Formats: sequence, C-alpha cells, structure tokens
Amino acid sequence: MTEQIDKALAREYEAGFVSAVESETFEPGLDEDVIRRISEVKGEPEWMLEWRLKAFRVWQEMEEPEWAHLSYPKIDLQSVSYYSAPKSMKDKPKSLDEVDPELLRTYEKLGIPLIEQQMLAGVAVDAVFDSVSVVTTFREKLEEAGVIFCPISEAVHKYPDLIKKYIGSVVPTKDNYFAALNCAVFTDGSFVYIPKGTRCPMELSTYFRINEQNTGQFERTLIIADEGSHVSYLEGCTAPQRDENQLHAAVVELVAMDNAEIKYSTVQNWYPGDEDGKGGIYNFVTKRGICHTNAKISWTQVETGSAVTWKYPSCVLKGDNSVGEFYSVALTRGRQQADTGTKMIHIGKNTKSTIISKGISAGKSNNSYRGLVRMNPGAEGARNFTQCDSLLIGDQCGAHTFPYVESRNPSAIVEHEATTSKVSDDQMFLCRQRGVDPEKAVSMIVNGFCKEVFKELPMEFAVEAGKLLEISLEGSVG
Amino acid sequence: MSNENVLLSIKDLHASVEEKNILKGLNLDIKPGEVHAIMGPNGAGKSTTGYVLSGRDGYEVDSGSATLDGQDLFDMDVEERARAGLFLAFQYPVEIPGVSNLEFLKVSVDSQREARGEEALTSAEFLKLAKEACKQVNLPVSFLKRGVNEGFSGGEKKRNEIMQMILLKPKLCILDETDSGLDIDAMQVVANGVNSQRDSERSFIVVTHYQRLLDYIKPDFVHVLADGKIVKSGDASLAKELEAQGYAWLQTEPTEDEIED
Ligand SMILES: Nc1ncnc2c1ncn2[C@@H]1O[C@H](COP(=O)(O)OP(=O)(O)O)[C@@H](O)[C@H]1O
Ligand SMILES: [Mg+2]
Repeated sequence: MTEQIDKALAREYEAGFVSAVESETFEPGLDEDVIRRISEVKGEPEWMLEWRLKAFRVWQEMEEPEWAHLSYPKIDLQSVSYYSAPKSMKDKPKSLDEVDPELLRTYEKLGIPLIEQQMLAGVAVDAVFDSVSVVTTFREKLEEAGVIFCPISEAVHKYPDLIKKYIGSVVPTKDNYFAALNCAVFTDGSFVYIPKGTRCPMELSTYFRINEQNTGQFERTLIIADEGSHVSYLEGCTAPQRDENQLHAAVVELVAMDNAEIKYSTVQNWYPGDEDGKGGIYNFVTKRGICHTNAKISWTQVETGSAVTWKYPSCVLKGDNSVGEFYSVALTRGRQQADTGTKMIHIGKNTKSTIISKGISAGKSNNSYRGLVRMNPGAEGARNFTQCDSLLIGDQCGAHTFPYVESRNPSAIVEHEATTSKVSDDQMFLCRQRGVDPEKAVSMIVNGFCKEVFKELPMEFAVEAGKLLEISLEGSVG
Repeated sequence: MSNENVLLSIKDLHASVEEKNILKGLNLDIKPGEVHAIMGPNGAGKSTTGYVLSGRDGYEVDSGSATLDGQDLFDMDVEERARAGLFLAFQYPVEIPGVSNLEFLKVSVDSQREARGEEALTSAEFLKLAKEACKQVNLPVSFLKRGVNEGFSGGEKKRNEIMQMILLKPKLCILDETDSGLDIDAMQVVANGVNSQRDSERSFIVVTHYQRLLDYIKPDFVHVLADGKIVKSGDASLAKELEAQGYAWLQTEPTEDEIED
C-alpha cells in the first residue's frame, strides 16, 4: 500500500522548466562592493545604501543558526550570485507591450497570465523574476482607491518616508542571520500601503520566480495597513528543476495599525529536489507582523516545495484586543526537510491567537512544527489555542513538534492539542473497495486532513493549493 | 460447465492470512437475484471470504478460483473488482476525518461511472440522490456534511454502509455482520435498505449470527461456514435450526480460534 501512496505523491514538478531569457547576472561573491553595485543598478538614494551597509556589518558578526531540526551542508555564500535580471528589463518597460514576451510566456506557463483581460478578475499581481519586478497589474484601478501596490525598489524612490519609517521596524536588521543578510542584499519584492478606512478592492498577490542558475533570491515585502483598513495578500513561488541547491532568503514585514486587518496567504512550491535529495531550494524566510489595538493578522501557508524550509511567520500582538492567527499545511516527501511554525508574542491585554498546524510527511522526509507562545506580564486575559496535527505516510518519515510556552501572566490561558495519525491501510482499502483509484484516495484523505487550513485560503488559492497536493477540491458539497 | 446463469462462482478456494490457512476448499455459486446467508462460528473465515473476494492486501489466494459475471476476480485490482460490481459492507467501518461523507460518496460513484464510460453526475443531481438514500436508511441529511464515519455511533456506521450500497448499485453485495450490535429498530432499517435493493439481478451474501435478521431479509439459501469451508447448506429453515441448536452438532472438529471474531 505504501508503494502506491508514494507513487501518488511523486508528482512531477511542473514548474521545473527554465526560461530562455538573457540576463545580466553578477559574478558570485559577497562583499561591500557587491552591495554597492546592487544599490547602484537600482539607482538607490544614499540612505538606502547606508542602511544596507550597516546591515552587512551586523551580519558579518553573526553565525548561521543551528537549532532547527534540519541537516544540510553549510551554504557557501561566496558561491552565490546576488543579482540577476533579464537584460530586457534594463530599459524599464513602461507597459506590458514593452515587456519581453518570453517573460510573459513564463508566467502564462505557470498559470499566471499577466495580461489583465486574461487574469482572474479580482486579483492584482506583482511578478518578480529573479531580482526584479517584471510588471505589476491593475495599478491604476488600485490607485483610484488610494492603494499603493508596487515593487519595493520603486517605493524606495516614490515613498521614501514610508520606507524609511517602516523598513526594519518589524523585523530588525539584527533579528537573525538570514534576515540580516536579506537587509544587506535584498533586490526586489512588493510594497503595499492601504490608506485609512479603506478596504482594498482586490486581492493583491506577488509571484516569485527564480530562473537564473547559481543565484539567490532575496526579496523583501512590506505591507502597511493603516487604521481601519483591510487587505488580503497572496504569495506564490516556483523555480526550475536543477541539481544544485539555490538559496531563497526573504523578509516579510506586516504593519496592522489600529483596527486594521491583514490576511497573508502563501502557497510555497519552490523546487523540492529529486527523490534522492539532489537539488532544490533552501528556503530561509523571516515573516513577522505587528498588530496595534484591535488589529488582526492572519497567516495562512501551504508549504509543499523547497529542499529545506526554515520559516516562522509570527505576530507581535502589541495593541490591546489584537488577534493573531496562523494556519499551516506543510507537506514533505522524498528527502525534504521542513522546520516551520510560528511565534505569537502577546503584549497587549486580551490579545488572542490561534495556531492550526497540519504536517504531512511521506517518503524519507522530516517535518517539524516549532512554535512559541509568549504571554508578557502585561498580557492580561490573553488567550492562545494551538492545535498541531501530524499525518504520516509510510514508516520512513519523521514528524516532530516543538511547542514552547512562556507565560509571565497568570491570567493568560494557553491551550495546546497535538495528534499524530497515519493514512491507514483500512482507509485506503475502504476507498478502493468503493472503486476509487489509490492516487485519488490518498489525495482525498490528505485533503480531508488539511480541510481546516484550506478553508482559510482565498478561493482562487484554495484551488491552486488543492492541485498542488494533487487533490481535487471539486465542489461536491452542495 | 457453463457460467451463464451464475453471478458469483467460487471453486475450491484455499486462502491464507499471515501464512495461516483460513479458507480450506470453499465452494459457492450464486445466481443473479439470490440472497445467500452465511452463518458459522467466530473465526470460521466469514470475514476472510469477503476480504479475499474483494482483494484486501494480506489475504493470499493459495488455490482455487472465483469469478464475477464470468470475470476472474483474482486477476483484478481492488478498485477494478468494485467497479465490476462487488460491494463489501464492512464489519468495522473505518473513519476518514475531514473527508465529508458527500464528497466520499460522490468520488466513489463518479469513479465507478467513469470506469463504465458514463459521465460524472452534476453536484446537484448527486445531492438529490444522496438525500434520498439518507432518507432510506433513516440518517439525517446533515450526515452528508460530516466526515466519513467520524464520530458516528455503531448503528450509524452500519446504516452509512447501506447508504453507500444504495448509491453504488452493485451486482453483488456482501454484508459482513451488518446487524451486529444493532438494536431492533436499526436492524429493521438495515433490512429494509437491503430489501429495497433486491431485484432479479442483484445478489447478496449476508453474513450474520442472528436468525432475527433473516426474518426480515428472507434468504434463498443458508450456509454454515466452519473451519474454512461450507459444512452445510439449506433453505431458510436451517437458520432456525442453528439458532436452536448452535453450530457444535455440525462440526467435525472445533475451530482453531473460538475467541476471534
Ligand atoms: N489480518 C489478520 N491477521 C491475522 N489473522 C487473521 C487476520 N484476519 C483474520 N485472521 C484469522 O483468520 C481466522 C478467520 O477470521 P475471520 O474471517 O475474521 O472469521 P469470522 O469472520 O468467521 O469470525 C481467524 O482465526 C482470525 O484470527
Ligand atoms: Mg467476521
């Protein structure tokens, strides 16, 4: 039975193609000069360069963390190229007509047409290719509502006050090794500002694509939801199938002002490497949001790709009555390793957090949940509920949970539930006895296990996520 | 011999589980529309018969044959046998958390339709059928939204099995102790479900320990399975005799494992 399940999960990596795009790529290596050159090609103001150089010096004093339940050869950061951009992007195309058709074709092949007429009506996309943003759609429509959605490299020029005020305000430069590195070398990513009292009229999304060999992708996203505003943001990512490992070290910062709400969803499908663990993306990501009074941040992630995942989208619940949520599905197979979870830092009174984590391990993979719930002394009446479920497929994989609780307020309540289960032979036999293919049966069972998380995803993405797990989410429930 | 008028034909079947011989020369012919009851002591091999016919992993055929509608069952995968019309109502139905009953039923029915080259039903068409089936087995429609068998009582699980049977419309239904553990009302629901599906084409194997089920589902034949083979066959009156006298008088030697169920 296990063999059939493995077969069912051993889906082809459909995003594994390489685009024939001529690129301008830096020689591998990392020093101050490289950082100056990144800043220069982006035409950045002096203050941005200074910020990067300061981060670089901080980073040089830091060590790569080793506490995660992950094992991989040390990454040689001198062998990575820190900037690569399609040559055609050099002339800064003004409209889609001027964008290299090969780039547009790449996104179309990935199921993300950038021609507005062909797109999902309610979704605006920022398409980031290696180190640059190729195009951001529906900008005019968003501007009418006062919403800013643009590449962060552009925001540095156009909205320096907002950038200066908020960049590094949620994830400080010295937060961790990979975050500090990102501060020094980040190339592109998205910037979002939602004005006071505005409900963003569309879903916003960024699609990250690594194409060039031996490059790292270091993107940076900053979302600011001003008082009483609301935004739902989606993030997707893929990379070609290569034998070498590639590094992706992103930073995402969310700021939810009083009464604002940010919903941030990710479908992560970086190349996971082959069955024997050759190749794949090393995904080291720092994501954090700060909630002011009555604000809410909700992280939903579906992690199916990457050889190594190190990622803990977190909420700092600073304002009273603020709410943090984390819904996660992490699927590992082959030799994939994931160490993922969240941190909920309760500072304000009556703050609430919910953590639902679903880990699915197959093959020889390792899947760990790592979560921290901290109740600060001032967090009167704060509450957390955590549920961690692991589903094992076969008997060569590992599932682990590392829940940490630090409560310094006696009135705070922390609840934790954990389960481990298997796709059982009995379940498989029942499905097959009713005429269902083994592949479809596994999909259905895994899908059922993830239901609580999938229902948090925006519709368009729920479908995408379902397909990723080879799960048909046909609308059979009437 | 011509199989023309036989739906299921089992010939000298020997089968084992974990190297242990369980079925030791089973013979059984079932014609379309017939209902056969199988009774017999615990551990005789009744459940094993259902599992061997449906192709469960770990149940090894050592010799003998079984055909359904003339097709060699042992040549087919589990799902192919199901699509050929073989249905097994489980003695212990398993839960599938998070997968709604409705989704599970629709995927099952669609898979079988697809194998027959028929188009999938629309969600609306299927929902209508599913609601009717719910009514037939006396389950509230809300059960369609709940996870497969998730938190169902014993009786609800068994009625859910009958609902699946009603929707899948198999040629051969094997009911493995579907009446065990049911109160008299629930048992009647099960019996009515079965009776509503009886016609001149569809055949049943009803495994039971109790005469009372057979008062409602009138079998054409009753067989006693002991130690892996049929030791006595008769009509419905045999069940009454067994109820009165037990199995001991039929057995040449005691079964190996009386405690197993
Ligand atoms: N999965 C199994 N592993 C080991 N032994 C089994 C298994 N299934 C059945 N058996 C054995 O096979 C024999 C027949 O079992 P079963 O077919 O369940 O009997 P019945 O249904 O007639 O009570 C018993 O001795 C039982 O212990
Ligand atoms: Mg039995």
